[in-house]
Amino acid sequence: MRRLSYQLPLVLLLLVLTAPLLAGIETYTFETPEQEQAYKNLTEELRCLVCQNQNIADSNAELAQDLRKKAYQQVKQGKSEDEVAEWMVDRYGDFVLYRPPVKATTLFLWVGPLLFLLIAFVVLWRIGRARRNQPPEADSVDEQSLEQARHMLENKES
Amino acid sequence: MKSMRYVVPLLIFVALVALLLKGLGQDPKEVPSPLVGKPAPAFTAQQLHVPEKQFSASDMKGRVWMLNVWASWCFSCRAEHELVTRMAREHGIVVVGLNYKDEPADAKGWLQQFGNPYVTSVMDQEGDIGIEYGVYGVPESFIIDKSGVIRRKVIGPINDSAEEKPQNSVDQLLAFINELEAE
Repeated sequence: MRRLSYQLPLVLLLLVLTAPLLAGIETYTFETPEQEQAYKNLTEELRCLVCQNQNIADSNAELAQDLRKKAYQQVKQGKSEDEVAEWMVDRYGDFVLYRPPVKATTLFLWVGPLLFLLIAFVVLWRIGRARRNQPPEADSVDEQSLEQARHMLENKES
Repeated sequence: MKSMRYVVPLLIFVALVALLLKGLGQDPKEVPSPLVGKPAPAFTAQQLHVPEKQFSASDMKGRVWMLNVWASWCFSCRAEHELVTRMAREHGIVVVGLNYKDEPADAKGWLQQFGNPYVTSVMDQEGDIGIEYGVYGVPESFIIDKSGVIRRKVIGPINDSAEEKPQNSVDQLLAFINELEAE
């Protein structure tokens, strides 16, 4: 009991000291679950431009925090997911989206993998066809050695 | 005809290598701005040295100018500062500073120490104007033409010619601004 009474103030002190750390976490409240979902989807689909391989939900870069705030404010104003995404694209370009829209400049990005797969299939098919069409290997065994072989077999039997 | 069997894959291979090499040469950190070719976003903000006076982007209509995003905490800004100063003082380029996410006192001290090439600097403590301009790092610069259209975005520090990033070289930027002046 003596030990505990000694530790208790220490624990309390630690709680007080770490409180500001907890306060650093953003707490956004929403009026409807739909808005919350829209905000979640947005922050997961938008790329952080500073760290590039993180979405803004995961990133703690200052710009990501700012963009989260902007997304929150706009969702709260009743803007749709698409509208907020468009707002971001207007400022930062398609790169801000993890899934870029299909258009002339991004077409290769979307159909490229399929195209390569198609090429691979065509090549495979042609190789297969070439193999099948190859004339069966010509008899390279001449009559003489055939006769010799026959002879050897016969001799073995006897 | 038989030689085609080797030539075609070879050509495809060479094309692929060329494509990948080009990709290697690009800086993935440099994100092209959708704002180039569009009117510069309007903003009105307090001036750093005269907070009671506002500055609007529209005040610059009819002039070619450069909006230079800087901050006292930004290390690369110090590297380009000498060149921005040269552009303003020796070549008469109109440079407006956008003091991004900075403390006014720090910013003023920085300018006092390193010199102030700006016609004026406006405060963007919250970074809101920065977001309107698609700023994702400091320094960045925007070259805006007489009709208020952003014609070029410079990402990262302006450098002193013939270095690794020719698109950021001060000579190229001066030539570009001269072209805009002649329009």
